[in-house]
Amino acid sequence: MLQDKDRIFTNLYGWEDWGLDAAKRRGVWDRTAELVALGRDRIIDEVKASGLRGRGGAGFPTGLKWSFMPKEVKDDRPHYLVINADESEPGTCKDRDILRYDPHRLIEGALVSAFAMGAHTCYIYIRGEFYNEASNIQRAIDQAYDAGLIGRNAAGSGWDFDLYLHRGAGAYICGEETALLESLEGKKGQPRNKPPFPAGAGLYGRPTTVNNVETVAVVPEILRRGGSWFGGLGRPKNSGTKLFCISGHVNQPCNVEEELGIPLRDLLDRHAGGVRGGWDNLKAVIPGGSSTPILPKAICDDVLMDFDSLKDAQSGLGTAGVIVMDRSTDVIYAIARLSYFYMHESCGQCTPCREGTGWLWRVMQRMVRGQARVEEIDMLLEVTKEIEGHTICAHGDASAWPIQGLIRHFRDEMVDRIRQYRDAAHADRPLPVAAE
Amino acid sequence: MSFGEPAPADQQPDSFTFTGENLARAQQIIARYPADRKQSAVMPLLDLAQRQHANWLPRAAMDAVADLLEMPKIRVYEVASFYTMYNKKPVGKHLVQVCTTTPCWLCGSDDIKRAIKDTTGVQAGHDHRHSDDGQFTVIEVECLGACVNAPMVQINDDYYEDLDYERMCGIIEALKRGDAVPVGSQTGRRGSQAQLGPTSLIERAPDAVRAAGAPRAGEGAD
Repeated sequence: MLQDKDRIFTNLYGWEDWGLDAAKRRGVWDRTAELVALGRDRIIDEVKASGLRGRGGAGFPTGLKWSFMPKEVKDDRPHYLVINADESEPGTCKDRDILRYDPHRLIEGALVSAFAMGAHTCYIYIRGEFYNEASNIQRAIDQAYDAGLIGRNAAGSGWDFDLYLHRGAGAYICGEETALLESLEGKKGQPRNKPPFPAGAGLYGRPTTVNNVETVAVVPEILRRGGSWFGGLGRPKNSGTKLFCISGHVNQPCNVEEELGIPLRDLLDRHAGGVRGGWDNLKAVIPGGSSTPILPKAICDDVLMDFDSLKDAQSGLGTAGVIVMDRSTDVIYAIARLSYFYMHESCGQCTPCREGTGWLWRVMQRMVRGQARVEEIDMLLEVTKEIEGHTICAHGDASAWPIQGLIRHFRDEMVDRIRQYRDAAHADRPLPVAAE
Repeated sequence: MSFGEPAPADQQPDSFTFTGENLARAQQIIARYPADRKQSAVMPLLDLAQRQHANWLPRAAMDAVADLLEMPKIRVYEVASFYTMYNKKPVGKHLVQVCTTTPCWLCGSDDIKRAIKDTTGVQAGHDHRHSDDGQFTVIEVECLGACVNAPMVQINDDYYEDLDYERMCGIIEALKRGDAVPVGSQTGRRGSQAQLGPTSLIERAPDAVRAAGAPRAGEGAD
C-alpha cells in the first residue's frame, strides 16, 4: 500500500487552498529552474527511467512519446504541448481534482514538459462542463504569470513559456487527441486519420504532443525525486502512483492515489469501504472507465490493478475509473446504458461507428427486455467485431468492448433473460395438460 | 451527436451585438491564438455570446461571431450544432442536466429523475423539456465526470453531487423560492474523499475530517 510520503497529489481532497502560496508550501514550484536546467535529453531519459505511462487511458510510455517530437525546432514550425483535460470517460473524475485543487502542479508540469519537447506554447483543453474547475485553473495561470513562473524567462529558467486555457463545449469525442486538435482549431471535433501523427503534424499542422492532465502533473515530482523513485513503486513496466476513481456499489465511493498493481480487492476494501453488502455481494467491476470490458467477481477476487495485469484479464486499466456493481445490478442494462452513451457521442464521421453504435443500442435494449432470440447474442458479438478496428479513431472499439465483455462473462444471464421473456409472453396460454 | 433544431424564426432576434465589455473580452480571447488562426476562438466566443443572450444562441449571434473571426457563417453553424453545450433554442432560468450514465444510474439517477418530475412536472428525456412556468429546462445528459459523487446534476454552471430523492427535491424547491443552494456535495463531504473520512493523507487532514476516522470494509452496508 502506498505511503503518504510517496503521494504526489497531496491536496487531492481540497483541504488546503489551491492558490500559489499554499501550492508552494506543498512543494510545487520548488527548484523548477533546476529541473529545466537538466536539459531536454536528461528530462526525457529520467521520464523514461520512471516508466511513466500515459494516464489518459492508452498507457503509452510518456518519455518515448516525447522523443517522437523533432529534435530541432524550426522557426516557422513552432512546437506545441496540448494538455488533455477533456475528462469524460464514464467512471472517471480524477483530473477534475487536480484542476480544481492542485492547478499549480499541472502548470509547473506543463512548463517542464513543454521545455522537454521544445514547445514555447501550451494549451489546456478542458471539458466545457467543468466551469468552476476552469475558473480555478485560469486564476492559477494568472497567478503564475504574475509571479513570473510562466511567461518570459519562466521561473527563471531562461525558457519563454505561454500557457492558455481552452474550454470545450460538450463532446466526449474531443478527448480523442486528434479530435481535440480539430476542436482547438475551431472546428467540429472529428478525429483525423493517422498518420501523420501529431508529433509530426498536430495543432495547426505543427509538431504537437497531447498528454493527459495526470501525466503532465506528475513530471516535476518525478524529476525532483528521480525516475528510479517513481519506477520503484508499483510493478515492472507498470510503475508509479495512479489516481483511482471508485464509483458505484461501494460503501464509500472516493478518489485515491495508490500504487499501480494494487489488488482490486484491496483497493475497494481499504479505500472505498468495501463492496456494499460485503465482498461476496460483488457481481462485477468495470476496472478502467466505460470502454474497458467488465470483469465478473471470480476475476475481481485476485486481479491486480495495472495496465498489463488487466490486459491479461482481457480488460484494461484505461483511466482507472473503477465502476463497481453488486448483485442487485441488472448488468445487461448497465452495459446497454453505455451503448447509448457511445451512440450519443459518436461524431458521425465513420459509417461503422455512426450506424453501428445506434444498432448496438437498439439490440441491447431488446437484450435488456429479453425480447430476442438466443442466436442474436452471437450476431451481436459478430457486429461488435465488424465495428472494432474499422474506424478512424478508437470510439468504435470503445463501443464494442463493453458488449464483448458482457457476452464473454454474462452470456448465461442474457440467455436466461431471453427465456424469461419468452416464458412470460406465453404465460397466458393454457398449459398443455397430459392426456388422461 | 448534437441535438435540437434552431429556434423558429419568430423567436430569432433580428440582430445581435456584443456588449463593449464582452467585445473587449473577445479580443483577449482571440489573442490567445496565433494571429492567423483566429478561428480557434470560435468556441469561447460562442460561449460568450450565449452567456450574453439568456443562455441560448440565436442565429444572429452565430453570425456576429463569424464576422468577428472572419469565418464563413456555415463553419460557425457547424461548430454550434456539433457541441451539445450550445443551446440553439431558449432555455429556462435553470437548465437542469441530469446525468444518467452507468455510474450515476447505479447510484440512483432514476430517483433523481423522479424528484425532478415531482417538483417541476418535467419528465427528463434526451432533449430539452420545459416546465409549465418556463423556469426549468430539463435534459438527461451523458457522464459529467463526477462519478464518485454520484448521482449528480448540473444546474447552469454548477454541479450538485451526492444527491438522493429528498435532496434533489430540496434543491428544486429552493431554486423556486429564489434561495441560494450550496453547490457541490449535498452531504457535506469535501470533494472526492470517502464520506466517513479519508483513507490516505490522514496526517494532512484537517482535524474535523480526521476525527471522522477511516472507514472499514463493510461499514455502512445497507
